[in-house]
Amino acid sequence: MRAFRLPTELWTLAALLALWEAVVVVFRVPEILVPSVRVVFDEIASNPDFYLVQSMHTLSNTLAAFVLSVVFGVGMAIAIVSSRFLEKTLYTVLVALNNVPKVALAPLFVIWLGTGNASKIAMGVMISIFAIVIDAVLGLRSLTPDMIDLGRSMRGSGLKMLLKLRLPNALPSIIAGMKVAMSLSLVGAIVGEFVAAQNGLGFVILSAQGMFRTDRVFAAILLLAAIGTTLYYLMEVLERALIPWHESQRHGTARAPAAVVPKA
Amino acid sequence: MAVAALSAANAAAAHAVVPFDDPLAIEIDAVGKTYASSDGAVTALGSVSLDVRRGEFISLLGPSGCGKTTLLRMVAGLEDTTTGHIHLHGRGLDGLGFVFQRDVLLNWRTILQNVLLPIEFRGGRPKQYRDRALALLATFGLAGFENKRPWELSGGMRQRAAICRALIDDPELLLMDEPFGALDALTRDELNVELQTLWHRSRKTTLFVTHSIPEAVFLSDRVVVISDKPGRIVEVLDIDFPRPRGLDIREEPAFGHYSRHLRDVLERHGAFRKR
Repeated sequence: MRAFRLPTELWTLAALLALWEAVVVVFRVPEILVPSVRVVFDEIASNPDFYLVQSMHTLSNTLAAFVLSVVFGVGMAIAIVSSRFLEKTLYTVLVALNNVPKVALAPLFVIWLGTGNASKIAMGVMISIFAIVIDAVLGLRSLTPDMIDLGRSMRGSGLKMLLKLRLPNALPSIIAGMKVAMSLSLVGAIVGEFVAAQNGLGFVILSAQGMFRTDRVFAAILLLAAIGTTLYYLMEVLERALIPWHESQRHGTARAPAAVVPKA
Repeated sequence: MAVAALSAANAAAAHAVVPFDDPLAIEIDAVGKTYASSDGAVTALGSVSLDVRRGEFISLLGPSGCGKTTLLRMVAGLEDTTTGHIHLHGRGLDGLGFVFQRDVLLNWRTILQNVLLPIEFRGGRPKQYRDRALALLATFGLAGFENKRPWELSGGMRQRAAICRALIDDPELLLMDEPFGALDALTRDELNVELQTLWHRSRKTTLFVTHSIPEAVFLSDRVVVISDKPGRIVEVLDIDFPRPRGLDIREEPAFGHYSRHLRDVLERHGAFRKR
């Protein structure tokens, strides 16, 4: 997953699809259970506009949830590390909320926000924001005593300390959180679509299931996999652009700080 | 030749001391530091008084844990004094540059950006200081490294860059906390010579914490010996060598005399008792 060795990765994917096809053909798996790769691709190819529209729907909700999570998540993390009071109140509430299975909240969002995009985006934010907050708080707190002394010896304001030392120092952690949040935003959007929706890939899956159109279900899942993978690689590109100085980007072996993965 | 060096030194000194008639840079008045610990209060520093003159290079010499770093940090405003007070003349806390034992260069910045950091912190315009930063880096043999990242440099080069960072805003006061303690002996010698040359040109009031006797003698006008637990000043020794000084002064009999005297003082106050 590290470098962009597309050929190897593409081969791996191709091999996986080939294995799927082989298993279905060799063991004569009924199409209603698992359709062959060919059937799934035919289904997508027979209705490309439909699948494009549905994918874009899910993708835009996912990205909206992700961006909101990053903005509010980092904002909350800054507030939490800047204030003892907020650390005791806001952070405590967040940690408690994180332990609620957030999928269980999805019906509530539909009641509050309706069946449109807002409830999907809210679900995505709800699920992904904890990854950002927790990792950002971790990163913002990891300023070494040396760096704090350096900042104090230069007699800058608290804002300078934040912008010049704390935030850049926290960036690797924040990006680790962003990577997790990106996948979780997609989960949130799909959960939202499962609960109540008229479009999106989650809706496609649910309605196809009702009609036992397994090929459609797999088509939507395949597209979700493609979207998720693409978003993940975009995050890797972003990571390399934002923190080329970090150990994880300098050598092949070292890793970026591990993300704290909150419960979905 | 010694005469020529002496007169050059006097000329430089005369030039640097002009701005004010104020002969003092720092007044340390009965300063003590007590920490609370699980075994009750621990006195890190007894009652220390010292007047530092403008343009003076003073080393604080003592065994590890004697409170010399604490004293330096209190001068820098990084720690509060428990008793007594410290008065900085001139620009006060805004007029000091601090060099830490570790270079604390920021990996997300280039060497040049690291050197310019204090300017950004003080709300100045880094662009206006670019030339000065490059000149400083060149003085320390870092010309051409300004766009490198810290991890691409050796330990000695990194500490040189950290010194440039401390000097970028032309501080009145340079505070150095065992800046060369983590370097190998040869690099340390080199940096001693470079620092000495720089100091000779700029005559910045410097407080230099070290536990190396030769380093203290080589660099200082005065060596202040601080004893262990509780830390207090047990000796203030004037070092009377002409400047600029070369490493060869370490072979001179007077150098050996100073070193031996300082070792005796440290020994008398229990610095080597563990041997």
